[in-house]
Amino acid sequence: MNYNWDWGILFREPYLGWLADGLFWTVSLSLCAWIIAFSLGSVLGIMRTSSSRILRFIGTTYVELFRNIPLLVQLFLWYFVFPELLPDDAGRWVKREMPMPALSTAIVAIGLYTASRVCEQVRSGIDAVGTGQRNAAKAIGMTERQVYQHVLLPNAFRIIIPPLTSEFLTIFKNSSLALTIGVVELTAMTRQIEEYTFQGFEAFTAATVIYSVVTFSVMFLMRIVERRVQVPGMISAR
Amino acid sequence: MGDFDYSVIFNNIPFLVDGLKVTFLLTILAVIGGMVLGTILALIRIAQIPIASWLAAAYVNFFRSLPLILVIFWLYFLVPLFLGRPVGSFYSVLIAFVLFEAAYYSEIIRAGISSVRSGQIAAGRAIGLTYPQTMRYIVLPQAFRSMVPVLLTQAIVLFQDTSLVYVVGLKDFLVSAELIANRDQRLVEMFVFVAIVYFVFCFAGSLYARHLQKKLAT
Amino acid sequence: MISISNASKWYGDFQVLNDCTTHVSKGEVVVVCGPSGSGKSTLIKCVNGLESIDKGKIMVDGDVVNDKKTNLNILRSKIGMVFQSFELFPHMSALDNVILGQIKVLKRSEDEARARAHDLMAQVGLSEHAGKYPAQLSGGQQQRVAIARGLAMDPIALLFDEPTSALDPEMINDVLDVMVNLAQDGMTMMVVTHEMGFAQKVAHRVVFMDEGCIVEDAPTDQFFQAQGSERAQQFLSKILTH
Repeated sequence: MNYNWDWGILFREPYLGWLADGLFWTVSLSLCAWIIAFSLGSVLGIMRTSSSRILRFIGTTYVELFRNIPLLVQLFLWYFVFPELLPDDAGRWVKREMPMPALSTAIVAIGLYTASRVCEQVRSGIDAVGTGQRNAAKAIGMTERQVYQHVLLPNAFRIIIPPLTSEFLTIFKNSSLALTIGVVELTAMTRQIEEYTFQGFEAFTAATVIYSVVTFSVMFLMRIVERRVQVPGMISAR
Repeated sequence: MGDFDYSVIFNNIPFLVDGLKVTFLLTILAVIGGMVLGTILALIRIAQIPIASWLAAAYVNFFRSLPLILVIFWLYFLVPLFLGRPVGSFYSVLIAFVLFEAAYYSEIIRAGISSVRSGQIAAGRAIGLTYPQTMRYIVLPQAFRSMVPVLLTQAIVLFQDTSLVYVVGLKDFLVSAELIANRDQRLVEMFVFVAIVYFVFCFAGSLYARHLQKKLAT
Repeated sequence: MISISNASKWYGDFQVLNDCTTHVSKGEVVVVCGPSGSGKSTLIKCVNGLESIDKGKIMVDGDVVNDKKTNLNILRSKIGMVFQSFELFPHMSALDNVILGQIKVLKRSEDEARARAHDLMAQVGLSEHAGKYPAQLSGGQQQRVAIARGLAMDPIALLFDEPTSALDPEMINDVLDVMVNLAQDGMTMMVVTHEMGFAQKVAHRVVFMDEGCIVEDAPTDQFFQAQGSERAQQFLSKILTH
């Protein structure tokens, strides 16, 4: 194996700056997409467990549609196909004139895709709380809205903190797909460093370490959160 | 939408089918490789061998913390470097998928094994089987039966994940379609078609997985 | 107060309730018993509309339960229910379990609800456990909190669905004592239970169900004086011998 090691490259400008920028965009993209995924996914999850047949149908259709098409294909659909289907003006705006078209598209695509996964977690959380709790809440005269707000959701969200954490980390990792439509996030930046310097080993190692460190930090943080919201006397799932 | 042109799809069927073959071949080989490596990792973790079990756990957690694209890039960069000569991207991508998916399969298989009641291991040992024999003849067959739906679901995820070979330009289904789309300037038709094809395969697969799940539950 | 007329219900092809007719008058305690799978739990869940019936009519306090126009939420707030598996809300303290419905459904003020909840916790003998969470209480204690939760709504009647079946033997009496006191205070109660001692002590009538039918509906004395149906006698001899 013929290779000239140069770890110093990672700490030289402009490459150090590139890595920092890449991380910044990866984190920003992930957080914005998570807001979409979490709020829409929660609404869909509630819909899938509601008593209304129409709401359940909408939720199920959404999940099946978004879960069975590869995320990369969805990203291309939003980026290349969606603007073509709009009226000319709107299409042009989405393609070029809106702020940071590639980044915004990636946020929406990844957010909508992950919403289908969050939906399934929320649904299984609500199911895990059980019909007994639903009946008990109904038996004291609560409306369906109150049953969800005061009984089902507070318990369901506690149960699904670990799976939701891993869904967030999935977004964090999937944000790398945005490089295919030209968002220069962390993985794209390391690829760029490799192409400029031929120091692929060092560049990819940097990305690997950064992804791992962020992932393990998030997991550690969420364990603390999980412990803090734990209901006294209940045995934790782990 | 008015000028939706189907001919671009029909005129290029053979080329698209070739791409689809690559997608399926990659999926099948990666599923097999990932499951074999994943089973080994799971068994090492469960056997609680000092250092080795810790290493297996570290492997799993490490790969699960990385984006698949980064792993693809790593292997695309490393494999030719190790071999000292360029190889087709197929092999480096396949290795990337096996290494990456093994981490996920390992977790599924570990969960499957721990779902087999611990009394079964005791019972196996009680009739004089060794630990590996107990695993091989008693625990794993039960575990795999209960895992079939989950393993199938993971295979569907993997099938979708293979589209990421786009980043190294391997001519799978998506890349083939994209080449045609760009050549003929028919992005809308091609990408919608690609989405439908993926959807049909994945939806059918997930319906079957659900069917198996129900059959298992009764 | 509660009247059930010709109620029938099917789960697919399986008939869980077959033309059931009975009633509970104001201040009356009616015990419903029968072998498992006889439909007694389903029947009591139909009274507050947690389960729906396919035929017949159920009336509570002048309202038809199985009428789409009836506001079930209002109706349910007037009838308390106690479940076999307690179903306390696990993320709230015992006291907050008793407070929740008062504030959210009855729109009582926080102070009023809290004061009432403290009174009720004292009534079921759990004042010193008010701040604990359900998972920190024993089964018998949880079930008493559940009764307090039902009482907090100032119900016109209480439904009990096998309230002691999930309890360890030594806790059953704590719960039954609370129920006996309620009965003696004149609470209208419909109780699905196998506790025949409780039935003999406070029930006015006993309803015996088998395979979805109400086989017997008799005043308590008469029911236990061995003049009822053969099926009921068999059942009684089975559960009274041990």
